[in-house]
Amino acid sequence: MQTTLKSRSQRTLRQNTAVPMQKLNPKTRAKNFNEVALGYTEEQALLEAQRCLGCQKPRCVEGCPVSVDISAFIKLLKERRYDAAIKKVKEKNSLPAICGRVCPQEEQCQKLCIRGKTGDPVSIGRLERFVADFERKKGLLIPPIAQSTGKKVAVVGAGPAGLTVAADLAKLGHQVVVFEALHSAGGVLVYGIPEFRLPKKIVQDEVYYIEALGVEFHTDALIGRLFTVEELFQQGFDSVFIGSGAGLPIFLGIPGENLSGIYSANEFLIRINLMKSFRFPEYDTPIKVGKSVAVIGGGNVAMDSARCALRLGAEHVCIVYRRSRDEIPARAEELENAEEEGITCKFLAAPTRFIGDEQGNVKAIELVAMELGEPDASGRGRPVAIKDSETTMEVDTVIVAIGRTPNPIIQSVTKGLKATSHGTIVAEAETGQTSLEGVYTGGDIMTGEATVISAMGTGKRAAKAIHEYLLSKDTEDNSSPHIFHIKPIIR
Amino acid sequence: MSRYELISQLVTQQTSPYQILAKQQLSPQIKKIQVHAPEIANKAKAGQFVILRVDQEGERIPLTLVTWNNKTGTITLIFQEVGLSTKKLGSLQVQDAIMNLAGPLGTPSHIKNYGLAAVVCGGVGIAAAYPIAKALKEAGNTVVSIVGARSEGLLLLEEEMKQVSDELYISTDDGSKGHKGFVSDVLRCLIGRNYQFDIVYAIGPPLMMRTTSEVTRPYGIKTIASLNPIMVDGMGMCGACRVSVGGKTKFACIDGPEFDAHSTDFNELIRRLKIYPSEERLSLDFHEKAQGGICRCRQH
Repeated sequence: MQTTLKSRSQRTLRQNTAVPMQKLNPKTRAKNFNEVALGYTEEQALLEAQRCLGCQKPRCVEGCPVSVDISAFIKLLKERRYDAAIKKVKEKNSLPAICGRVCPQEEQCQKLCIRGKTGDPVSIGRLERFVADFERKKGLLIPPIAQSTGKKVAVVGAGPAGLTVAADLAKLGHQVVVFEALHSAGGVLVYGIPEFRLPKKIVQDEVYYIEALGVEFHTDALIGRLFTVEELFQQGFDSVFIGSGAGLPIFLGIPGENLSGIYSANEFLIRINLMKSFRFPEYDTPIKVGKSVAVIGGGNVAMDSARCALRLGAEHVCIVYRRSRDEIPARAEELENAEEEGITCKFLAAPTRFIGDEQGNVKAIELVAMELGEPDASGRGRPVAIKDSETTMEVDTVIVAIGRTPNPIIQSVTKGLKATSHGTIVAEAETGQTSLEGVYTGGDIMTGEATVISAMGTGKRAAKAIHEYLLSKDTEDNSSPHIFHIKPIIR
Repeated sequence: MSRYELISQLVTQQTSPYQILAKQQLSPQIKKIQVHAPEIANKAKAGQFVILRVDQEGERIPLTLVTWNNKTGTITLIFQEVGLSTKKLGSLQVQDAIMNLAGPLGTPSHIKNYGLAAVVCGGVGIAAAYPIAKALKEAGNTVVSIVGARSEGLLLLEEEMKQVSDELYISTDDGSKGHKGFVSDVLRCLIGRNYQFDIVYAIGPPLMMRTTSEVTRPYGIKTIASLNPIMVDGMGMCGACRVSVGGKTKFACIDGPEFDAHSTDFNELIRRLKIYPSEERLSLDFHEKAQGGICRCRQH
């Protein structure tokens, strides 16, 4: 009797607790850029998959911005039909190895999982990562491509939104060319998210998959400068998707912000991730990280910056956030990872000025203590400075991670393309249709700063709308010759 | 499964189209290259620049477009070998290719018929000033160019500048050619001789641009400087190139590179150009010693 009760409660406990995923030890991982989360083994994945109840009306799917048929892929995983499982995921999501790593599942699919009512939700993200990695190790498969429609689509920006549009339209038989301003495809996945959270090899593999679908990539091509949107139509494209993403970093606008040693998070992360300055001098782009680093801001970008600083040899890294721990916008998992690695947080504090030495290097930040007042538009307490509460914090490097504004270039040179006062492109939410016929948009340039998966969601909806637009368009007008030279992607 | 195919073999090495078609040494450290880049040549305007990356490990560095020809599909770049990246670029030979080349970037110069225009430039800045002088001339301005260098041997594009200028003045620091001293001295002298400039372009080392803007400030002559801060992406993303103009933070890569010289904080620009001196040395040493020289680019 006793044993039965015990085993039953053990079973309940097991059913209510997610199989943990192994992570690198905080002490060793804080010194290198190796991927922190190691993923499930086959055994662990099968064990976790068993926790899925296979609901008749699965709610998890409603939480997925790209509507992956989650319960169907988990069912296939349970049956050890991994090829079929990944195929099921890829029906909706062309970047599963990426999403399995960087999606905030706890806010999306997993938040709605029925298991979450009594315990941990099923670890959908980890299972997605498992099937995606399984396929990557085995060799990627190309799905069948629809017969060519003879229609051409230009995709501007090879970030999560652009890659999604490109993949979806290529599968439907359209000819797609992606124009990427930087020297490699991936957008924020290559310049923003660090190696230890998303290895660049994985991004490369996902991009290869999209190339294998027949998509051409033209890197080093800044649309708005090299070609205008109008010129793309003249070159014979039938539709243009703009996914140019986030642009200029927002600064605090306080004295001393241009002192040496103060980076925007964008510059700091671009140097490290895109230019690989963590391998300087083997790679040529330098980065300067002092002993004492302050990161201003509380989002995922702030967490990434802080953890990079630590890995580049900083002794103290402190995240300075103007609200309290409860309001921090970063994923709980990311804050936990950062704190495990020894990063400290200073809540309810905001910089008022930066103090420099004689050479113009930052040496301290003046901080003012904050308290939370009445809720603001975001529903969170508005931080209010407490009078005469200034203190100084000695630092030699500061990273300002308080957000970015939309990239302004295309809006400034495209006649008739309407932009909002925030700089985003005006578009119909459900289709991404802009004020210009045949021109669609998605990702951060449409929504303002958001997540990888929400950008993919907008891309998915735009791809559907573009497909319908192309089919509805008169088929007689596609005679414009293909006159320009397309440069192959360089690896 | 038969309809599916494995794609691992798809990953193939491809070469860059940005081939160097001609190369010329202008002085011991200054080189001129002509690069195949038809799309850029087709769109370039005076005052714009490119960002290039020599190889897989390379930095992204900005270089001003000097000339471009949409018939031959080529652009010309002139650079001084100062650090690792420019040395790597200088080590490339004719038929070698630059791995990445993005452009044309930046806001083009605001060219119109101002009337009497002075183009004051020094060092490699002469290369950046040439297309602007040419465009000003073509727009109907009377162009007075003042070009300077440390010594005669370092003077660039003298002939070319002569062709696009109504008057050309030369100054060298050591007096080996023209006026002994600085370009700003010559400008001051011309203003003293009652040249009523409607616009002055100052292009060159930040100190020279600062001095030039101080010469014109008392007279209220509209003065434009082309700023050369450190850049990374060069397309409005990172903020490395931020400069203070009129007390506001501006981004040289998209708001510039040209700004009102009288409102520009040149001291901040000079300071921000000196963020990485020890890293630059370390990087050069690493390549010269540990890697057995810089000229390894053919291996990539």
